[in-house]
Amino acid sequence: MAQQAEYKITESAAELEQHLRDMLFIRHFEEKCNVVYRQGKAGGYMHVYIGMEALAVGWMRAIRPGYDYVITAYRDHAHALLLGTPAVAVMAEIMGRKAGTAGGKGGSMHIYDPKNGFYGGWGIVGGHIPLGAGLAFAAKYRGEDRVTLNFMGDGAANQGVVFETLNMSGLWDLPCIYIVENNEFAMGTRLEYHAADPELWKRGLPFGIRSERVDGMDVLAMKRKAEELVEYVRTEKKPVWVEVMSYRYSGHGAADNDRQLYRTKEEEENAWQRDPIARLKRQMMELGYLNEEKFEAIEEEILADVEKVYEEADASPFPDPTEVYDNIYSDMKPEAGH
Amino acid sequence: MTEMTYREALQKCIVDSLERNPDVFIMGEDIGRYEGTFKVTRGLFPKFGSGRIIDTPITEAGFAGIGIGAAMAGLRPIIEFMTMSFSILALDQIINHAAKVHYMTNGEVKCPIVFRGPGGAAKQLSAQHSHSMDGWYAHVPGLKVVCPATPADVYGLMKASIADDNPVIFYENPGLYTVKGHVPDDPDYTVPIGKAQILKEGKDISLVGYSRMTQVNLLAAELLAKDGIDAEVVDVRSLLPLDTETIYNSVRKTHRAVVVYEDWRSGGFGAEIAARIQEDCFDHLDAPVGRVGGLNVPMPYARVLELECIPDENDVIKVVHKLG
Repeated sequence: MAQQAEYKITESAAELEQHLRDMLFIRHFEEKCNVVYRQGKAGGYMHVYIGMEALAVGWMRAIRPGYDYVITAYRDHAHALLLGTPAVAVMAEIMGRKAGTAGGKGGSMHIYDPKNGFYGGWGIVGGHIPLGAGLAFAAKYRGEDRVTLNFMGDGAANQGVVFETLNMSGLWDLPCIYIVENNEFAMGTRLEYHAADPELWKRGLPFGIRSERVDGMDVLAMKRKAEELVEYVRTEKKPVWVEVMSYRYSGHGAADNDRQLYRTKEEEENAWQRDPIARLKRQMMELGYLNEEKFEAIEEEILADVEKVYEEADASPFPDPTEVYDNIYSDMKPEAGH
Repeated sequence: MTEMTYREALQKCIVDSLERNPDVFIMGEDIGRYEGTFKVTRGLFPKFGSGRIIDTPITEAGFAGIGIGAAMAGLRPIIEFMTMSFSILALDQIINHAAKVHYMTNGEVKCPIVFRGPGGAAKQLSAQHSHSMDGWYAHVPGLKVVCPATPADVYGLMKASIADDNPVIFYENPGLYTVKGHVPDDPDYTVPIGKAQILKEGKDISLVGYSRMTQVNLLAAELLAKDGIDAEVVDVRSLLPLDTETIYNSVRKTHRAVVVYEDWRSGGFGAEIAARIQEDCFDHLDAPVGRVGGLNVPMPYARVLELECIPDENDVIKVVHKLG
């Protein structure tokens, strides 16, 4: 396990700006989701990605979109947006509308876009981890060189089925990258209270799996490491287990209004010092690629885009009640009626 | 037609499917080198190799989930549970994942997977290895549940299950593996999921059952004939979807019904069938719908106690006489 090495920025100004725009779009999209939720236009459970943007951007820009497989838990908006799922469809799904990715049947936790390689969007902590291994199994079975990114939170890392899956991945050399998005909290329980050894990166080792811990608050470092690991899996055809150090500025879910029960305001303020967007902004300014004025212009543009996304999603009707029986099965409907 | 056992018919179907479709593979505990605990996969490992006959660790949730993921990517896995009692460890994967993905994606992702294995009492396997969980699964929208009772059906329904684009729970009662019957030689032979059948026609009472209880009902019908009662045997074959039409047509003809199931009597799937008959055929009934289920106890070990728990032809006959 090594700390991230220093790196030289070789990306063009345009590339860096794209990373900045990606992260800003996620941040403002998620902020809008919080507003939408507070207005009662979204319900149920909703989990936003604020603070973790560099993590998803780094990984999604390191794979072949639409070819490689991606699967995650319920904090899933960012992954879909970065893979190319139309933002209106994501927002509409969160709002339970017909234009949503699942026509309003899934909601925030269940965004899917298989055409872009995105297989959800799952609500049971750790439950989708074997599914991701199954996607990787299918790629191997067919002799394809697809890589599967299998995301989970730090809380999921304790689930029994994750260990079962790691065992089979090591045993069968499944081309899958297990990515622990360590945002320091399993809902409201801090890592040190839920993990016997908080160094989660070690958990691939007993299964003979290459295991690492990396910084997820630095988009350029994240992307470099992601590219290295994706290349390793694609060529070596072996799994990887990686713990990505991140932080969740928001609560666990939109209904989590008591963050002070498990962390102090001071801790939150300190964590903002590591804000991945501020870091990239700083890096770009040092290189002369960005100034405050340009940054503000970009941000305003994105805010306007997000507003437009919301308006388009809000214009979509709710699903028709008769659709309730559709797509339970591919070829039949269940017994009707109460 | 060739005469063979239920086990041989099932195996033949799996072999035919593996030969005809490279996307089909089978995965489970001890199914390869050891040839399966109930020997359904005997001889498959040398023929198809470790890439398609996959021995797993003893981690039911994990390999069930890997199968589901592979199915989401378009493969057609057959997952063997050494006994269906072990599928309890994989319930979250089956119910919360396989059964939900098509709906949660509004039809974007299909999950063509078969979960199969012996379910119900074998012989003195006692409390943890004898569950009839067919009704648990038939409770879940998104799953299909089939319970074949004859060698021809186990062939034809397995063929249909593998071809199905939805997750199918395929229930084999261990007491059926040695039952013999004629199976069509046609490798395209299929029995559609969701069609019940009349295995013996009769005019006095309908004996409605599935899986091994269909064999019990056939025996009961023979014995009832000696008492001058002409019983019709309805083999439900598939619990979800349930072919109520065939069941109702039989009941409308005989005006009496007894539903027989091995699962615990209380809340077992037979209770659902009985409820539907009384809801929809009330005017045709000359007597209340009778039920024969397994005793509401954990399965005991001693053979004499075990036999007490599992419904047999005498239990069926007793209820038939009680209905008058």
